Amino acid sequence: MLLEAISKGSQTFDPTMILQMAGIAKSFPGVRALDGVSFSVRRGEVHALVGENGAGKSTLMKILSGAYQSDRGVITFDGKVVALPTPSQMIGLGIAVIYQEFAQAPHLTVAENIFLHRLPRTRFGLVDWKKASLDARGYMERLGFSVDPLARIDRLSVAQRQMVEIARALSRNAQLIVLDEPSAVLGDNELQKLFATIRSLQNEGVSFIYISHRLKEVFDISQTVTVLRDGKVVNSTATRQMTTDELIRSMVGRSIGDYFPARNPKFGAVVLKVTGINRGKILKDISLTLRGGEIVGICGLAGAGRSELLRAIIGADPIDNGRIELHGKELTIDTPRKAISLGIGFAPEDRKTDGLFLLQSVSFNITISRLRDFLSAFRLDLGKERKAAQDFAARLRVKTPDVDARIGNLSGGNQQKCVIAKQLNAKCDVLLVDEPTRGVDVGAKREIYELLVDLTERNGLAIVMVSSDLPEVIGMCDRILVMCEGRIAAELAKADATEEAIMKHATIH
Amino acid sequence: MSDLTTTQPQSNIHKLSASILKASGLLWVFLGLCVVAALLSPAFLNPANLMNVFRQVALYGIVSVGMTFVILTKGIDLSVGSILGVCAVAAALLLTGGWSPWLAVVVVLLIGSGLGAVNGIGVAVGRVPPFIMTLGMMVMARGLALTLANGQPIGLKDAAASFAWLGRGALLGVPVPVWIFAVVAAIAIFVLRYTPFGRQIYAVGSNEEAAHLSGISVNRVNFYVYVISGFLAALTALIFVSRLTVGEPTAGTGIELEAIAITVIGGTSLFGGEGGIFGTIIGAAILAVLANIMNLVGISPFTQQIVKGAIIVGAVLYEMQRKRK
Repeated sequence: MLLEAISKGSQTFDPTMILQMAGIAKSFPGVRALDGVSFSVRRGEVHALVGENGAGKSTLMKILSGAYQSDRGVITFDGKVVALPTPSQMIGLGIAVIYQEFAQAPHLTVAENIFLHRLPRTRFGLVDWKKASLDARGYMERLGFSVDPLARIDRLSVAQRQMVEIARALSRNAQLIVLDEPSAVLGDNELQKLFATIRSLQNEGVSFIYISHRLKEVFDISQTVTVLRDGKVVNSTATRQMTTDELIRSMVGRSIGDYFPARNPKFGAVVLKVTGINRGKILKDISLTLRGGEIVGICGLAGAGRSELLRAIIGADPIDNGRIELHGKELTIDTPRKAISLGIGFAPEDRKTDGLFLLQSVSFNITISRLRDFLSAFRLDLGKERKAAQDFAARLRVKTPDVDARIGNLSGGNQQKCVIAKQLNAKCDVLLVDEPTRGVDVGAKREIYELLVDLTERNGLAIVMVSSDLPEVIGMCDRILVMCEGRIAAELAKADATEEAIMKHATIH
Repeated sequence: MSDLTTTQPQSNIHKLSASILKASGLLWVFLGLCVVAALLSPAFLNPANLMNVFRQVALYGIVSVGMTFVILTKGIDLSVGSILGVCAVAAALLLTGGWSPWLAVVVVLLIGSGLGAVNGIGVAVGRVPPFIMTLGMMVMARGLALTLANGQPIGLKDAAASFAWLGRGALLGVPVPVWIFAVVAAIAIFVLRYTPFGRQIYAVGSNEEAAHLSGISVNRVNFYVYVISGFLAALTALIFVSRLTVGEPTAGTGIELEAIAITVIGGTSLFGGEGGIFGTIIGAAILAVLANIMNLVGISPFTQQIVKGAIIVGAVLYEMQRKRK
């Protein structure tokens, strides 16, 4: 078996490749996660790995990092067959995986995190802090970031923390770095900085595997793209020979047609009118109006105040001054409870920490926003509640065995649909959604778009959508507000909205 | 998808029995324990002995129901024992002071709820971590009990007779405290399952921020669970005083640990959002039977503590293993 593997590995060995994974198979009870996947990364390239959730990307990367053992297949790294990969062996070979949730000790310093487990020692066996901090600064500067090596990790921005992860990889002489959804936590200018860093490391000969749901990034940064679907490689070519449509088609296995649903909006009366909201240095003189049936997009860089604006409207954060009118009546909204009772729903950016009760059932999560409709006398009518939850699940096409299933077991897209269902259960006529498709796969994204459009056109809902995904905002919204440093820098009509125009307003103060 | 449309009309009975089944692993442990008890000592099945066991289940069970509410919100209430002490002293003082038993009962229940409300305000409004808030209350309330009683137990003397029913009476052959526990448990099960407040308790315990953003008044929920816990501690104090005919300022010492142990053995998660009253009832029964067997076969109280401690750790260990799977 081993001999066979080695001979097979040497037969197909290609010196221009840093990594060759051949015929990788992995099954879990009841699921064949990977079915004969072959995947190679050329030295010094950025290789994008895409596919819907459940396509096998994470399983493949876990095999690469040594966290899982494959059932069959051969891994060749830097010309040598890796016989029995373990996590420490893979790190030793120069493979670093940077996950969405960083493996960092938040209370330790930058230097300590970079050299975790192997801090430099003095002659006497004590930690050589001077060298640690000097080396840490060196690695960070090589990445184009000047960060105090003695700063605590939890005081840094997410972008800086990501760089600390990359610095740690470099300090271990990583030759291949896997970035798992690196953009999920970054704003647009931070992403550009990350790309610059990736390109400069590429010139030094480091190779990357880049995993992302955002196809635009795939085209911006990668030279090669491999598409996984149902545990098989369905496409692997040079990125410049690929089109967005083709990429989507290979990912979902069918043509989605127009990616964004056609809009046929009928605008009603003004539902929500916000005038002159201020909150410290975070929100400055914000005004906006929202009509029934309208989808208004809010763009801007991370930290521009987009999420904070939504939180201010629903009373989750206090405002210094400003007026909020709903259906022409001026109101004070000081708690989310009040916002919901007035018909303003909010789907927060971070589903898991702010939106869901992961331990509880699908039904629990949907109906919790308004239980009094299910009361008869003082008693909840559980049958009626369940029926309502089933109706929402069916209408929003939530894929779940039944509404009693734990919501934590659902995929991101289905969880997001439940968060929206929770707002609908509260009978909202204004819906504020923050990054509604973050971490959601392409097929489910499309379903969420259709749902939002359907809600505006059939139910006359007014929607405010915050998103960092510019094609999404342009494709979905009737009007786009661009925020910059707490202000609304521009309002663009659908016809004038281009990515360039949005970025110009978002970055020029 | 299709499953959604093919599900049969759902009955509440079905859901209720599902949650009983969830606690049924524990039920088997309990029944097994009873068999072992009967084999080890024939005296176990003696009706008088069984009544004793029931009485103990009832006393610890009532406090544990309050503890379950608190722990479901991811809180903890260390002060129930001391609140019980204050209430025991207050009851004895009022009764010996010539108050009518009914009025005394009402006032004592108000005192317990009031002390619980102080916990609730500290946790909900003051944002003091529950552990610290109730630790402080545990020390303060014990001091209050000792101060009120001047450090001495207060005998009920003549008032004892008019107040005996609560702790020593029986209805249809079943001790009154057992009836009280049954009513408390039934109400608690109803509240947790069939009222919006019950849902909100689980929501707050599962994810406080999501609960806040879902329009739940998190402060209100956090406040009321401590009031309920204080109220049930006061109710237990009344039964104590009636049974022992004396209000001791040290009454209830250590009962908070028993209640936490019962709740946790009953499968309620210390991380909030999971568990319920069925488990707590069985948890109380398991600990009571265990103590009873050990008494019957003559294991010293010192050794009993070692066993009890090991079982608490074992129960949580089992729970964590089950979850990891």
